[in-house]
Amino acid sequence: MGKAVMKKRIRFADIIIYMITIALALACLLPLLNMAAISFSNSAAATAGRVGILPVDFTVNSYAKLLKEAQYWRSLMISFARTILGTIINIVLVIVMAYPLSKSTREFYAQKIYMRIVLFAMLFNGGMIPTYLVVNKLGLCDTLWSLILPSAVGVGNVILLMNFFRSVPKELEEATQIDGANPFQTLWNVFIPMSKPCIATIILFCAVGHWNDYFTGILYISKIRNYPLQTYIQSVTASFDISRVTDPKKIQEYLTISEKTLNAAKIVVSTLPLMIMYPFVTKYFKDGIVVGAVKE
Amino acid sequence: MRKKKQIYYHLMMFPGLFLLIIFTFVPMFGVVMAFQNYIPAKGILGSKWVGLQNFKTIFTLRDSRQIFSNTIIISFWKIFLKSVVPVSFALLINEVENKFVKSSVQTIVYLPHFLSWVVFASVVQMIFSLEGPVNKVIGSVGLEPIMFLGTNQWFRKIIIFTESWKEFGYASIVYFAALTGIDPGLYEAASIDGATRFKKLIHITLPGILPIILIMLTMELPNILSAGFDQIYNLYNPLVYDTGDILDTFVYRMGMTKRQYSIGTAVGLIKSTLGMILILTANKLVTTFSDRRMF
Repeated sequence: MGKAVMKKRIRFADIIIYMITIALALACLLPLLNMAAISFSNSAAATAGRVGILPVDFTVNSYAKLLKEAQYWRSLMISFARTILGTIINIVLVIVMAYPLSKSTREFYAQKIYMRIVLFAMLFNGGMIPTYLVVNKLGLCDTLWSLILPSAVGVGNVILLMNFFRSVPKELEEATQIDGANPFQTLWNVFIPMSKPCIATIILFCAVGHWNDYFTGILYISKIRNYPLQTYIQSVTASFDISRVTDPKKIQEYLTISEKTLNAAKIVVSTLPLMIMYPFVTKYFKDGIVVGAVKE
Repeated sequence: MRKKKQIYYHLMMFPGLFLLIIFTFVPMFGVVMAFQNYIPAKGILGSKWVGLQNFKTIFTLRDSRQIFSNTIIISFWKIFLKSVVPVSFALLINEVENKFVKSSVQTIVYLPHFLSWVVFASVVQMIFSLEGPVNKVIGSVGLEPIMFLGTNQWFRKIIIFTESWKEFGYASIVYFAALTGIDPGLYEAASIDGATRFKKLIHITLPGILPIILIMLTMELPNILSAGFDQIYNLYNPLVYDTGDILDTFVYRMGMTKRQYSIGTAVGLIKSTLGMILILTANKLVTTFSDRRMF
């Protein structure tokens, strides 16, 4: 008797658990499904807020409109360019800095001083305004470089990879050095292959960061034609960017030209590269390699 | 050979260091603007030195007290939910036995973390708009619609809730990892002793992941001054400055919109200095009480 009751109770708990977890998963999918549904819906239905997770009066009108919007595709190309170039620069710099820093002071006498410099760069910064003034002074504003160079060195990633490099067995390194390899060759032939998962994770996060970043665009780019995609979307979807617009007439204008279905299409297309890559990359961050503190 | 190796190492450090000097260390000298009445045309060398005047102005402004408290209140609740929700979620999913459901749910909940706040904010705006689904429900029970993002009463709550919505899944990864690290023998022994599922949760699972919860909480400490610029920038408007304006948005508006470089830099300097102290404290705590460190 007792046993039967127990079994029933467990079943009941299981149902609750499954329901909650699945509801939570849906809550995470909903935003994107809703955006997609709106983008395929009739404009009137979308404005009236009648669209849920399925399109109302299915149409591809907004995508047809989007195809004709040259600036969108220009911004998309800018985002591709900065993501590819920016990520390459990020990862190369991370690798070449992490390697000497992973050496002991016996192997590399200046390791300590370099480490202090890098740590200080992580702990303290001049803030948004002085950085802006430097980028501006260098004449980088309104160029692709302003989106890439100021954040080219990810100090946190350098430290992450440095710790990973330290766990590579010493014998492997010594073996290549007996063969007369220089540090670049050792790094290339031993350390990089040994740290593939860590490097892949860093690449993933740098790429997502570049793709999603809108703020450096707002900060350093003044001409809309040079906007990266997220900055462009931000400028058209934010119902009104009040910090820039003070004229009430302009605000009105912003509100009336904001087209819900078209904006949804813009958002959906902008997340496509991410969605396509997503299934292939989940295994890298599932290992939890980037989260949590470094173990001593 | 040894000497030559040193040269290689220096060579490797050079490009990154060069960029760090230009884009991180040079701006650090820019903080002298906080002690000047900086005028762009005159530059740092030509602008007048005013000592601590800007800081005095900041501390007497009613706005700035508001901004500090907004920042701390918002980030406090965000940090609180960032441990409670992911931990509960990890514990829940740990009880799910179906492998397919388990791994699909996990994959899906990580997804919002990878969306930008530009994208997520437009979804949030829509859901909480006057015609949005939330107001539809409120309307259907006969209540007045609420301008969630336009009233001070609601703005912070929306900010805190939507942050948790976007990030809880990703934040739970570290707890999943900790859960798999618990010795299965403990559960078996408890089962033999007749422990219920709930008892096992209280006496084995929770104590098993408690250290990692405390570590993650400590590591969040420095974020108390950040409160999430990207999210708030994409959701706020002048109607909710009273409850939603934080240090970073204030610095941005001061510097980039009002061209009040000196005041903006001074607030930024206060933030970086306190931030540095908090990171060092958090690291000290983590290294003292666990076998881990932050850097």
